[in-house]
Amino acid sequence: MLQWISDNQQTIYIVILMIFVGIEVIGRVPSVLHTPLMSGANAIHGVVIIGAIIVMGKAEGDNYLALILGFLAVILGTLNVVGGFVVTDRMLEMFKKKK
Amino acid sequence: MTLCYLVASVTFILGLKMLSNPASARKGNLVAAAGMTIAIIGTIFLYEEDGQKLGNYGWIFGGLLIGGIVGTLAAKKVKMTAMPEMVSLFNGMGGACAALISIAEFNHLLREIEQGGNAGEHTGKVLIIALGLIIGSVSFAGSMIAWGKLNGKVKDYSFKGHNILNLIFLAIALGSAAYLVVNPDHHLIFYGILALSLLYGVLFVLPIGGADMPVVISLLNSFTGVAAACGGFLYNNKVMLTGGILVGAAGTLLTILMCKAMNRSLLNVLVGSFGGSSAAASGISKQQGAYKEITLSDAAMVMAYAHKVMIVPGYGLAVAQAQHVCHELEKMLEEKGVEVNYAIHPVAGRMPGHMNVLLAEADVSYEKLMEMEHANDEFKTTDVVLILGANDVVNPAAKNDPASPIYGMPILEVEQAKTTIVNKRSMKPGYAGIENDLFFRPKTSMLFGDAKKVLQDLIAEIKTV
Repeated sequence: MLQWISDNQQTIYIVILMIFVGIEVIGRVPSVLHTPLMSGANAIHGVVIIGAIIVMGKAEGDNYLALILGFLAVILGTLNVVGGFVVTDRMLEMFKKKK
Repeated sequence: MTLCYLVASVTFILGLKMLSNPASARKGNLVAAAGMTIAIIGTIFLYEEDGQKLGNYGWIFGGLLIGGIVGTLAAKKVKMTAMPEMVSLFNGMGGACAALISIAEFNHLLREIEQGGNAGEHTGKVLIIALGLIIGSVSFAGSMIAWGKLNGKVKDYSFKGHNILNLIFLAIALGSAAYLVVNPDHHLIFYGILALSLLYGVLFVLPIGGADMPVVISLLNSFTGVAAACGGFLYNNKVMLTGGILVGAAGTLLTILMCKAMNRSLLNVLVGSFGGSSAAASGISKQQGAYKEITLSDAAMVMAYAHKVMIVPGYGLAVAQAQHVCHELEKMLEEKGVEVNYAIHPVAGRMPGHMNVLLAEADVSYEKLMEMEHANDEFKTTDVVLILGANDVVNPAAKNDPASPIYGMPILEVEQAKTTIVNKRSMKPGYAGIENDLFFRPKTSMLFGDAKKVLQDLIAEIKTV
């Protein structure tokens, strides 16, 4: 157990720190921004697309299952990323102050 | 590539921080998007494993292109009021992506074992793959149901023992995952876990009411974050790890904050269905007496001669798509020297910020929208309150009736104003399914009809005053 912790300590540090950062950053958010913030966070977890790209990139030419799964995953991941950021932007457009 | 990941991780944190402040929010979004792009491009061209770079560029760029175009079109073309469902939809896409990655990696792993690897050294990987599969699938299925609920296609549905059955499914899925970790060589069990997770996701969201969807979506949002982090563990990929955990933690806190704004516990939102509680509440409000109706011309008169009018928008305004007419009314009243403002309750409508978005679409000035606390200070000096399709957010039962499902939720204190006019289509209860005593109070009168028509008629009447 202790061995596992010391082997993976970098990862563990990152996890713990990111949890604190995540909580800190959300700190005092006005309720009117809850939804755009949720949308922004939604777009950020689209980072899962990196995994899809890796799957696709490593698939051998004859491994159709991996190719198809990877292809689908890339499309879905991109939808999350692109759709997420565009939707968030549209929501925030509405917050321009009218002069 | 490490540098790209570092930059991307920083932009995620910075972007999210900037998103929590109205002034910097839009830039924050762009910052995070830029970081994401850097991470993606960095991965495609710079990723190396055992000295091998990534191949299949055609497929990769093809996928990126398709996803990019469809995503942009969908996000741009959809009506503002459909924004919340889109968030859920795209969340589901992310969850599905994570699940697919798990499937692909599992098959890859099985192949390695078949080719003479030792199953034992893959224990950690199998666990992560299984977790990614479960969490991703639950998030996907749940998000799809949430999407359906928000656009009205999916009704609330639950049955006795619903929650227990669902927990059993989850237990089986987790148990199977544990078994799989020890004996990875079982395709069927893996796909069984997939099926159970999808089922769990569906049953998890199915009984929850549309008004609570924002909380559910926020929770599912953090699930997808964790699923992404699982992918990060799998590939020892720092940017997936940071992005995933960041969203997982931030999303969880946001979910809790949203529950606080409704003054309900998360457990209550997820498990407490309205079926039981409204029976108790209606026991109290049987003796209501009569309500008063007000005519259009009287309403027009009282509003035109008021000094201060406060409009309380609610879901009914969105349904009637009357936000533009509402703005017309506001302009007309202001021309007559009336001060008009809007009181926005944090959970008015179907999403926090729903009313803001709706009114902004109608070009209502941002400065006229008052947050609940500010509005509550203003009601004492307000002559007329016009409630447009809002119900639970002005229901005094939240203050007075401990048996009410909305008890404890802070409301807009419209009773402090001189007079209140309530516009609804009928006397039917609002989203919480309970009676609203406000309608029977002496200073309140009802103005029935579809919001759009009523507002148009009001404008016509005011012109003649």
